[in-house]
Amino acid sequence: MSDKNINIKVKVWRQVDANDKGRFETYEVNNVSTDSSFLEMMDVMNESLVQQGKEPVAFDHDCREGICGMCSLFINGRAHGPDTLITTCQLHMRKFKDSQTITVEPWRAKGFPVIKDLIVDRTAFDKILHAGGFVSVNTGNAPDANAIPISKPAADEAMDAASCIGCGACVATCKNSSAMLFVAAKVSQLALLPQGKIEAARRAKAMVAKMDDLGFGSCSNTGACEMECPKGISLSNIARLNREYLVANVTD
Amino acid sequence: MGRFYNSSIGKKFFVSITGLFLMAFLLVHLGVNSLLMFDDTGELFNQAAHFMGSNPIMKVIEPILGIGFILHIVYALIVQIVNWTKRPVKYSKWDQKESSSWASRNMIYLGAIVLIFLGIHLVNFFFKIKFGTVAPITYADGVKMHNSYALVAELFKNCTAIDVLYVLGGIFLGLHLNHGFWSAFQTIGWSNNDWRKKLELVGSIYALIIAIGFSIIPLYFLIKF
Repeated sequence: MSDKNINIKVKVWRQVDANDKGRFETYEVNNVSTDSSFLEMMDVMNESLVQQGKEPVAFDHDCREGICGMCSLFINGRAHGPDTLITTCQLHMRKFKDSQTITVEPWRAKGFPVIKDLIVDRTAFDKILHAGGFVSVNTGNAPDANAIPISKPAADEAMDAASCIGCGACVATCKNSSAMLFVAAKVSQLALLPQGKIEAARRAKAMVAKMDDLGFGSCSNTGACEMECPKGISLSNIARLNREYLVANVTD
Repeated sequence: MGRFYNSSIGKKFFVSITGLFLMAFLLVHLGVNSLLMFDDTGELFNQAAHFMGSNPIMKVIEPILGIGFILHIVYALIVQIVNWTKRPVKYSKWDQKESSSWASRNMIYLGAIVLIFLGIHLVNFFFKIKFGTVAPITYADGVKMHNSYALVAELFKNCTAIDVLYVLGGIFLGLHLNHGFWSAFQTIGWSNNDWRKKLELVGSIYALIIAIGFSIIPLYFLIKF
């Protein structure tokens, strides 16, 4: 792997707080290793801002290994930047060219208001989960493993849906700011399993109602969410959500 | 059920089922219209058009079709207008072509173009046949009917601008259907990982048949006569 260094310009969104109008500022970042991750580049940039006595750019990050879903960032017009099946912490600087200007924006959606700079409030996702993304179980001993038979395909599909990390790239990239892929994944991971089927109708209705209330748009099946999803959550989950929701309303 | 009609999925459901209904209509419409090219005396088409216009089932379906168009347009507009409000601050740089097709992102504009075309189309033919003065013609069976063939042939033979318009109409309709077909099934929940590929393929073939089918009719009259 080449350990090349590049000089770049970062055009980054700065916003003091939720009430600030916000604006772009451009910073030069020199000598960036192409082997570093995008967030490491942001760290280098912030170090230099601190040294210049400026406020560092606020951005979300946590695990930095692609599993927590905290890092967001709309980089050069794409959620999580110019690569597929990755979060921003997994994006390498080798995807960029020397002397390139990189535009970095926060997720833009009515449901995700900006808190500061590149940090958006994704509490809406938690609220949708609170509305129905759970199974109600009595307390007591855990049941025996394999006491409830689950077919391998159903288990696999449920697991695939459960790999959603709730990062919000689907909303950010959707032309309608729709949260359908997220809600579909959370409904699917439970609807596919016997334990989740019991509350399936109530869950689908409650979560869709919450999603609509919190300012997300509706799905027009462009498929952009699936392409930008770091976990490759399939659009078939949205078909399942539609099915669950229709059935829930017909049987009620 | 009240919540259903007002929910995002509920509204899309109506766009979807009306869309499926309109797609079925398009196939019948193309089937009848293709007869224009198989009998240059016009009798075959006139008989078929007369049958479609006079049988009782079609008399019931005609107003339903009108309602289908209106519901499809109204619900699609409602969904779209709401969606337009969901991103108050726009991206300064947004590279959408990497993740979705142009047609899928511009269904409302493709739909608007098709609607304008539909208006012109109704003025050209439907209103003239329904309420206007189209010369009657009587064939061997003694039944008097509109000579719709003459109306169509006259327009397509003599006016190149109309021919171009109808070819363009066919192309834009095809683009709209290319996304609309599988999308309609997805919205009513009739899709999964396997079926999506099949539906997209069938949708593309369907869109191609409709686009080419409707485009070829004006070209037939333009080139042959």
